[in-house]
Amino acid sequence: MTTKFTKEHEWAKLEGDTVTVGITDYAAHQLGDVVFVELPAKGSKLQKDKVFGTIESVKTVSDLFAPVTGEVVAVNGNLENNPALVNEEPMGAGWICKVKMANPSEFDQLLSEADYKKICD
Amino acid sequence: MAEPLIFDLNKDGRRGYALPALDVPALDPADHIPSRFLRQELPLPSLSELEVVRHFTRLSRLNHSVDIGFYPLGSCTMKYNPKVNENMARLPGFAHIHPQQPEETVQGALEMLKTLEDQLAEVTGMDAMTLQPAAGAHGEMTGLLIMKAYHKKQGNHKTKIMIPDSGHGTNPASCSMVGYEVINVKSNDRGSIDIEDLKAKLSPDVAGLMITNPSTLGLFDENIGELASLIHSVDGLLYYDGANLNAIMGWTRPGDMGFDIVHLNLHKTFSTPHGGGGPGAGPVGVKKHLEAFLPNPRVVFDGKKYKLQTKCRESVGPVLGSVGNFLVLVRAFAYIMVNGSEGLKNSSAYAVLNANYMMARLKKTYHLPYDRFCKHEFVLSGKSLAQYGVKTLDVAKRLLDFGFHAPTIYFPMIVEESMMFEPTETESKGTLDCFMEAMEMIAREAAENPDNLKNAPLKTPVRRLDEATAARKPDINYFQRPE
Amino acid sequence: MATYIPTTPDELQEMLGAIGVKSIDDLFAEIPPELRLQGELNLPAGMSESEMARKVARLAETNETVEKNVCFLGGGAYDHIIPAVIDHILLRGDFFTAYTPYQPEVSQGTLQCIYEYQSLICGLTGMDQSNASLYEGATANVEAINMATAQTGRNKVLVLQTLNPEYRRVINTLNGALGVEVVTVPFEDGAVDPARVQELMNDKIAAVVMQYPNFFGSIEDIERISEIAHAAGALSIVSANPIALGLIEAPGKLGADIVTGEGQPLGIPLSFGGPYLGFIAAKKALLRRMPGRIVGRTKDIDGKIGFVLTLQAREQHIRREKASSNICSNQALMALNATIYMSLLGRDGIKEVAYQSFQKAHYMKRELAKVAGVSFPFTGSFFHELVVKIPNARKVLGKMAKKGVFAGIPLDNWFTSLKDCVLIAVTEKRTKDEIDNYCNMLGGFING
Repeated sequence: MTTKFTKEHEWAKLEGDTVTVGITDYAAHQLGDVVFVELPAKGSKLQKDKVFGTIESVKTVSDLFAPVTGEVVAVNGNLENNPALVNEEPMGAGWICKVKMANPSEFDQLLSEADYKKICD
Repeated sequence: MAEPLIFDLNKDGRRGYALPALDVPALDPADHIPSRFLRQELPLPSLSELEVVRHFTRLSRLNHSVDIGFYPLGSCTMKYNPKVNENMARLPGFAHIHPQQPEETVQGALEMLKTLEDQLAEVTGMDAMTLQPAAGAHGEMTGLLIMKAYHKKQGNHKTKIMIPDSGHGTNPASCSMVGYEVINVKSNDRGSIDIEDLKAKLSPDVAGLMITNPSTLGLFDENIGELASLIHSVDGLLYYDGANLNAIMGWTRPGDMGFDIVHLNLHKTFSTPHGGGGPGAGPVGVKKHLEAFLPNPRVVFDGKKYKLQTKCRESVGPVLGSVGNFLVLVRAFAYIMVNGSEGLKNSSAYAVLNANYMMARLKKTYHLPYDRFCKHEFVLSGKSLAQYGVKTLDVAKRLLDFGFHAPTIYFPMIVEESMMFEPTETESKGTLDCFMEAMEMIAREAAENPDNLKNAPLKTPVRRLDEATAARKPDINYFQRPE
Repeated sequence: MATYIPTTPDELQEMLGAIGVKSIDDLFAEIPPELRLQGELNLPAGMSESEMARKVARLAETNETVEKNVCFLGGGAYDHIIPAVIDHILLRGDFFTAYTPYQPEVSQGTLQCIYEYQSLICGLTGMDQSNASLYEGATANVEAINMATAQTGRNKVLVLQTLNPEYRRVINTLNGALGVEVVTVPFEDGAVDPARVQELMNDKIAAVVMQYPNFFGSIEDIERISEIAHAAGALSIVSANPIALGLIEAPGKLGADIVTGEGQPLGIPLSFGGPYLGFIAAKKALLRRMPGRIVGRTKDIDGKIGFVLTLQAREQHIRREKASSNICSNQALMALNATIYMSLLGRDGIKEVAYQSFQKAHYMKRELAKVAGVSFPFTGSFFHELVVKIPNARKVLGKMAKKGVFAGIPLDNWFTSLKDCVLIAVTEKRTKDEIDNYCNMLGGFING
């Protein structure tokens, strides 16, 4: 299982032809207390680099950009009642959705952890 | 002890107000209204008159207000609200007239409106005004509809509006509501609009440029003449956000600077009370070539009588269900009468004096990102306190312990850890001195005892509130509290 | 001339010295000379408080008031009894000279009042959540329509012709500018037949907008129309008279998704049209579509109950061009006005205001029926407002106004089919004598 990153501060973890998507530790820290995540609908189609949802903290709101093109096969329903999961475990229990990739080669174009860290510094 | 909610003071059967006894024969409503439309439950509280008076009086004492102390909120113009204006707004001839009364019974009201329109047109250098918009953001929307109507008539294909990165949040929100795409223009190192950036982004599809002058940094943009020519060169319109008019009344006028459309905030510049967040009034002024597009009804005078004219073919249409927030307008009218031309000019003069007096002293303690004379407000950065782990938010909260309101914080967004101060002309030197001492004491405290700031406020009715839980599990209705 | 500037000449010199300039003019030096105002603003000279007060009072006195005259005008603004308590509380500087509660630690008064206001509005309308208020009744519908188009992704709305025609014009201006297509559903017999709504309903419609009681005072079948809307995936928007809700069922119980309204009847003076109070309340699913401010209850770091502005990430100062509304204020003081009114009148009081208004309007109809020449174009149930046909209505209204009776609103202003029809409102404030006198006078003018 490989995890890659985007310059929009999202991570994508590969399992077969599906990626799990969330926001990074860095992004969660920058946002502060997350209060709401607007999740995509299951079955909806995402287009790489296009907005697929928003994430709200007390004082700000950010768009979520799709790291890959594909269909949403699962969403993290726990975030509806407990958006704080994004702060507590952004790279784990705070995941946002799972996307079945339409074009698996897109995953390879994402940033490696080392390259992503350079952006954050 | 916190004040209980009005619902917790309920006692079934108690009455707070007695109506006159019914003096006509009564019917059974059930015989006249189908039963599914008859009210079943009505979950309202029941209290005595004294309980109601005490409840709200106690609550009022938990507020900071202009009447209690200094309120240096930048861009909000928290000047003194003269008491006599409240009396004027309560004159029966203004407060107790129905909006649908025959015109001949409201001639005084219409005369007041027309006179105020003319006065505001004079102050702003515009040719015609509407008093209808109920607030600044509403005025903005109205102004942009006028802009759109103009371009439509001209046959112009316009899709974009330019806004500087220091603009108010309502500017882009209003633009996108009327369907314009927002182009952000950068500020230069003097805090003015970066003309090169504007030129690079200017194109024939630009409908207009929307700015405040002085800007939200409190700085006057000397290049305004050139900006006007540039925008007009593509048949764009120059839009003036009047939030900062208190800096320039009687010194210069938006109309003379080349602006085509202006909106004002009477609750800022013309001292109508903020009321805890409203009501306000957001009149819009335009140059002659845009007059036909103003919302209706328009107040007109035919030499004998005042009338409300609704048949204006090119008008954008009404933006409110009435002529405007009438009693707010009455207060502004009274304010202008007392001040006259000289008083308004002095108001701006002393507002600018007070701001510069504060800036000259506070820049020794806090970082001043743009070191030049300001107008009625100025922006400092709290970033020098970061070394102690202290943020601008902490400074703001600590000020509350000293009995002052905080400045506007984290706006404008182009200054890191920003604090925006607007003292207004109605504050005395003594008040400003006390406030600045507090600011200096807080800076010392940041170095010596930063926890005092991080824990502040300590002396207010409540301390820092858990905003995250408030937003995650909204408790916004007494009848449906989250578990 | 009065002055609100406290600075003495000595202080001025000290302050200029501290800044390092010689005069205030130096602080304006950067304004290019060609842009400076030459000479003075062309305004009258200032004056003292007492001179101003006298002049303004003279001007106000030229208006005829509803106190000196007898007011049967409605159409969205009503002459109800206003308890004395309200204004005394509104005049507390702690309320009216406060700003928006951005620093909650020193704004608990305003914040708790708004929380109570929101809850009272929810109780009155039968809805799950209310915001902190909007400008007034007309624009509240504009915001409701914005919510509905955002929620449904559809861009067309049905507006009943029985919605206040001034509100409909504002919708045309503002929603129209946003590209919303507005389709008007015509009325018959003073109300809209739900079958007409059914005919125009389809899966492109975002919402149906109706008024309850409607502009003519009739009780629109909002329940049936809401069902029709829901079946097509559209929302039901109801503009309600808050006082009527003391007698007629809450729209929330009859299928409304969004309830808006004009809060003026809740103890706010007629004020020639404003400032009034727009309210908006909605079902839970629409929480994040709500425009404007919302106050929530929470705790401080010591565990003490307190109130804050919440869900702010919806608003323009954060979302900027992505915000769905540009509202950045509310009518806090008018919301307080309504909150005090609802608290003071209480459950039984609001019911009684509604009941008495209903009774007096129905008494008036019975008495008007006795006046030769008067007829009633509509037959349905009504609350406290009714339409009456009077021969030569405009002339008669003019004569009655001269005799101190504001006898009604001529409807041909908006409806060409309703020539000589007049909208009459009767509140609890009207007395039997006033009603009897109206009918006698009317009879005299029609037949005299």
